[in-house]
Amino acid sequence: MDTKLTTKPAKEGAKTMNQPVAARQSVYRVNDLNLWYGDDHALKDVNLDIKQNEVTAIIGPSGCGKSTFIKTLNRMVELVPIVRTNGVIEYHGRNIFDKDYEVEELRTSVGMVFQQPNPFPKSIYDNIAYGPRVHGVKNKKILDEIVERSLRGAAIWEEVKDRLNENAYGLSGGQQQRLCIARCLAIEPDVILMDEPTSALDPISTLKVEELVQELKKDYSIIIVTHNMQQAARVSDKTAFFLNGEVVEFDQTDRIFSNPSDKRTEDYISGRFG
Amino acid sequence: MALPEKQPVQKKFIDPVAVKKSISQRLVVNNITKIIFLIGLLFGLVVLGILLFGVVRDGAAWLSLDFLQNAPSRRPDRAGIYPALMGSIFLMLLIIPMIFILGVGAAIYLEEYAKKGRMTSFIEVNISNLAGVPSIVFGLLGLTFFVRNMGFGSTLIAGALTLALMSLPVVIVSSQEAIRAVPQAMRHASLALGASKWQTTFKVVLPASLPGVITGIILAVSRAIGETAPLIMVGAAIFIARAPEGIFSEFTALPIQIYNWTSRPQADFQGLAAAGIIVLMVILLTMNSLAIWIRNRFSKRY
Ligand SMILES: Nc1ncnc2c1ncn2[C@@H]1O[C@H](COP(=O)(O)OP(=O)(O)OP(=O)(O)O)[C@@H](O)[C@H]1O
Ligand SMILES: [Mg+2]
Repeated sequence: MDTKLTTKPAKEGAKTMNQPVAARQSVYRVNDLNLWYGDDHALKDVNLDIKQNEVTAIIGPSGCGKSTFIKTLNRMVELVPIVRTNGVIEYHGRNIFDKDYEVEELRTSVGMVFQQPNPFPKSIYDNIAYGPRVHGVKNKKILDEIVERSLRGAAIWEEVKDRLNENAYGLSGGQQQRLCIARCLAIEPDVILMDEPTSALDPISTLKVEELVQELKKDYSIIIVTHNMQQAARVSDKTAFFLNGEVVEFDQTDRIFSNPSDKRTEDYISGRFG
Repeated sequence: MALPEKQPVQKKFIDPVAVKKSISQRLVVNNITKIIFLIGLLFGLVVLGILLFGVVRDGAAWLSLDFLQNAPSRRPDRAGIYPALMGSIFLMLLIIPMIFILGVGAAIYLEEYAKKGRMTSFIEVNISNLAGVPSIVFGLLGLTFFVRNMGFGSTLIAGALTLALMSLPVVIVSSQEAIRAVPQAMRHASLALGASKWQTTFKVVLPASLPGVITGIILAVSRAIGETAPLIMVGAAIFIARAPEGIFSEFTALPIQIYNWTSRPQADFQGLAAAGIIVLMVILLTMNSLAIWIRNRFSKRY
């Protein structure tokens, strides 16, 4: 795992980007996924096919299982001891629940941005360098380069380049969130999971993060949970509507928002419930 | 849309007149309790002040460089605390790494690795109970186990191990609290980057909890340094002319030396004891200030 960062070939995304939508490769293929918290059946027979270099939005009312679902994609959900799952999630063709699939490996290619910005109580530099260091990068020059590239990638470089050694807690909430995105880019992931990344941010920071998502989708596949319909409509290519742990509808975003095939989807996006 | 209908006037449960009346009464109670608490504080401070004053009055005259550098002697004007001072310092140097490794290790295991369950909470309750066990009991344990069974005899290492054992419960509990205070979000951030549990613990959780951990250790050590009973149990020497030369040397410690002097009838030795107390107190106050400084300087704000 340690050499991965420096030797990883250019993203396949570069090749697939210009291909027609239908030909895009699947990143995740979710098959009959069920998940229980104890006896609480939180995800029911979820089937989804998530494509490379697309932004997939997950929408649905509170408590419908959106966070649970994306935390399952990098197996963070297993940190809750009472969780049981069955079904298959294939990540690039390999079942992530396989006994010999190491979560550390999975989480190195699938980055995650949380709802609340959660920088480490370390300097801005050390926050970004944390991931690469964990994966064995020691060379200061390489680390410097990763830090700069990641911060540029998260559109925060200009704001912090003169204060890399200051504590990350001195940044504003919006800056902290972009720092967390940068930290996630630093491990050179292939997928980025975002759980309501803008819900703690003001409109301007939200806009910045949304623009960033548009930018990032060139190189990454992004799955984003949001409570904000406009946001889903603005940033995503596909949208999945969850209700009570089930996927009610999964389709092109413009279809979902203009002409949903399920009555419940229509009710939800027109604000009639949830 | 029609104007909202006028709500029927709701009955008020808080009656302004009654409130006004009760306020003066409540303020009287307020003042009385304030005075009681002040008396409580003053009582402690005054007693402490008198004690300090007494000790300094009796001991200050005996304090000198010679006092710190000489061995105890039958002649008060030549007596010093050098062996005891060195014994205490060596004990401290031995105890700190022991309780750091064992205490923090146990705390990390309990907080980060152990499955939360009945077994774990049983262990935790008993660790807290051990913190309340009288120190002389640890002395007895040290005597049977380290001095006799392990065959260390009444040596520095036996004393250090006994004191370390005695301090461990406090260190474990305070380290656990410091580790628990690290927000879950920090662990998640690290794990989500593909770090292993150990990397997360070592690079994120431990650094973030270190100020709390160190504070706990310093307080535990300063308590251990003031202990007499367990050291008497393991057979620390009452009268010894030289500082310990290794971990298997005989040793004595400040509280024992002080105890020894106070048990002599001559007034001069009482003065020496007071001087010894001053030295011990300076060490303890320094350690406690260090703990406070570390807590203020490094405590993390999340
Ligand atoms: N740690 C947990 N333990 C037990 N039940 C949980 C846990 N986390 C979530 N749940 C349950 O699983 C269901 C889905 O929760 P989840 O957090 O995935 O919802 P969500 O769609 O993300 O909601 P929100 O929009 O409010 O964030 C809820 O019924 C919730 O009570
Ligand atoms: Mg959620």
